[in-house]
Amino acid sequence: MIELVSPERCISCDKCIKVCPTDVFDRGADGIPVIARQSDCQTCFQCEANCPTDALFVAPQTHPQPPFDELALAESGLLGSYRAQIGWGRGRTPGSLRAVGPALGTAPITS
Amino acid sequence: MQELSTDVLVVGGGPAATWAALDAARAGVDVVLADKGYCGTSGATAAGGTGVWYVEPEPAAREAAMASREALGGYLAGRRWMGRVLERTYDIMNELADSGSYPFPTGPDGRQLRNGLQGPEYMRRMRIRIRRAGVRVLDHSPVTELLTAADGSVAGAAGYRRQEGHGYRVRAGAVVLATGGCAFLSKALGTDTNTGDGALYAAEVGAEMSGMEFSNAYGIAPEHTSVTKTAFYSFATFYQEDGAVLEGAASQGGRSVIARALLEGKVYCRLDRADEAARAAMRLAQPNFFLTFDRLGVDPFTERFAVTLLAEGTVRGTGGIRITGDDCRTTVPGLYAAGDAATREEICGGFTGGGSHNAAWAMSSGSWAGRGAAGYALALGAGAVGRAVSPAGGAGLRPLGNRDADAREVIRAVQGEVLPYDKNYLRHGEVLTGALDVLDETWARLRSGLHGTGREVVAARQAAALTANARWMYRSALARTESRGMARRLDFPEQDADQHHRIASGGLDRVWTRPLTAVAA
Ligand SMILES: Cc1cc2nc3c(=O)[nH]c(=O)nc-3n(C[C@H](O)[C@H](O)[C@H](O)COP(=O)(O)OP(=O)(O)OC[C@H]3O[C@@H](n4cnc5c(N)ncnc54)[C@H](O)[C@@H]3O)c2cc1C
Ligand code: SF4
Ligand code: SF4
Repeated sequence: MIELVSPERCISCDKCIKVCPTDVFDRGADGIPVIARQSDCQTCFQCEANCPTDALFVAPQTHPQPPFDELALAESGLLGSYRAQIGWGRGRTPGSLRAVGPALGTAPITS
Repeated sequence: MQELSTDVLVVGGGPAATWAALDAARAGVDVVLADKGYCGTSGATAAGGTGVWYVEPEPAAREAAMASREALGGYLAGRRWMGRVLERTYDIMNELADSGSYPFPTGPDGRQLRNGLQGPEYMRRMRIRIRRAGVRVLDHSPVTELLTAADGSVAGAAGYRRQEGHGYRVRAGAVVLATGGCAFLSKALGTDTNTGDGALYAAEVGAEMSGMEFSNAYGIAPEHTSVTKTAFYSFATFYQEDGAVLEGAASQGGRSVIARALLEGKVYCRLDRADEAARAAMRLAQPNFFLTFDRLGVDPFTERFAVTLLAEGTVRGTGGIRITGDDCRTTVPGLYAAGDAATREEICGGFTGGGSHNAAWAMSSGSWAGRGAAGYALALGAGAVGRAVSPAGGAGLRPLGNRDADAREVIRAVQGEVLPYDKNYLRHGEVLTGALDVLDETWARLRSGLHGTGREVVAARQAAALTANARWMYRSALARTESRGMARRLDFPEQDADQHHRIASGGLDRVWTRPLTAVAA
């Protein structure tokens, strides 16, 4: 679930508010998005992928977690990791160009 | 109330909707696309990404592709449709590459690999393409009901703009429903917008479903997480709590063993059959598969992790709105269906469309439905949007009794009947009958008492849609007294030659099923 909006990193571009498929955020009075409906979050990582300043963190668990420490997340490289891997952001190469994948044998992949 | 008018209204925002919108616009008509979420990030493809049924037009390759799932699907698919979808998908994927809009990877032989699409990249580009084609996009604007003309044909839809806080209506010559399947808010990756709304709206104007018994798909994910990407579990070994190998368990052909074991306790997994090269390639192919592991601090290749199965209903199941023509028309004039909102039996039979077929179906059926709807709207002429219309929505909008039902409570009740493995996955007639009784009673309660206003209209309609989809599922599952495709019955484990037919279903206050005699060629 979405767990962190960093007020230090956020530039109030409203992108996450717009792209979240389940409308989890509201715009705060100070322009920083507020996680208004966390229980609607579907843990899809789309907000993170679209945030230009890596100000968001989506935890993998589908239920709320204790608070995360932003500095520790940044140091571990997890903040903004999905955006980096799919190659979004200035100067990056689209990740899809490298998506060759392993050989999966002869059985058809069915899901 | 915002009033709009257009030739073609597309409901949805995933691959089926965007291909419908693009091909309707290219046919020269005015198009509005309304998505519940945001067109570009919403739906199962945007979050998950898909392998695609992309097969070179060599007769032997196409023949093998068509034959590969025929038996698995219980021989309910049709060769003619498979051929059409393979052809249209091949053209669409080449268009994606040649128009320079999707960056495909280059394979070992120096040629582009065009049999897969990363979700965020694909859907971001589809949004750009439809906007360039002149499509008006309404984000965060869930459609809540259809509008019909005096003759019963579909003439638009109404909905709610949840970030603007007001209702809207679109009068249209024709409507394409591309709202995705129904995964019962299970939190399987990217599926919480897929609540089966399109099927409810279609039924309210008299359309039919088909194949709703093929609706018990479950995806593997690490316990308490969302990422039900399953291809790489072909490298997995599954274990019991005590560390012993769980015999018979596999991602393909052994998933019910996992379900059975999960009813008793925990199941663990390790991707220990991947060598170094495969491990590196997996990371590049599906970065979202590894998000969960990296954030849990688990190395899936060397450490065992607990897994779960999340319901994916008709997203990776195959049932949906019944299609009655090559242009994806339904039994109701002016109404078209595409993608997971429609049945995929034409190409999958009774088997899952996951892994390749669903993605191919979404783009092909979307493209056909868009053209079909455009042709229908053009034939109606300019007077189409001046028709008198009436709203078709019932449950959750216009209660028949005291307004005393609660959407969240309804959703919990439905989930209690459709998520458990011992009800929906490992199906038995007695259990299905009991579950259906609860669902019928839930429907009666919500039809009488559920009433959403403002933003809550969306939740109320989702609750009604989940209930309706669940009832068609179990009624159809009970009608199939055999095991065929994914519709397996513990009490009827064999395939029965006399039941080599599809099953139509429909109805709201009274749910019905009917065998469809001929399987299309
Ligand atoms: C994890 C996962 C992996 C998958 N992998 C593969 C694969 O490898 N290969 C494959 O072929 N298939 C795969 N599938 C299936 C595939 O993702 C779907 O078949 C495909 O996304 C269907 O496209 P669609 O456009 O019909 O629906 P979706 O992509 O789900 O889009 C539905 C859209 O409708 C919108 N909507 C819903 N209700 C309303 C409403 N009331 N009003 C307005 N809009 C509404 C939603 O917001 C959403 O934008 C996978 C599915 C999952 C869950
Ligand atoms: S996308 Fe990022 S920068 Fe933009 S408003 Fe959201 S958190 Fe702030
Ligand atoms: S993870 Fe998905 S559902 Fe959750 S806040 Fe981000 S975009 Fe919204």
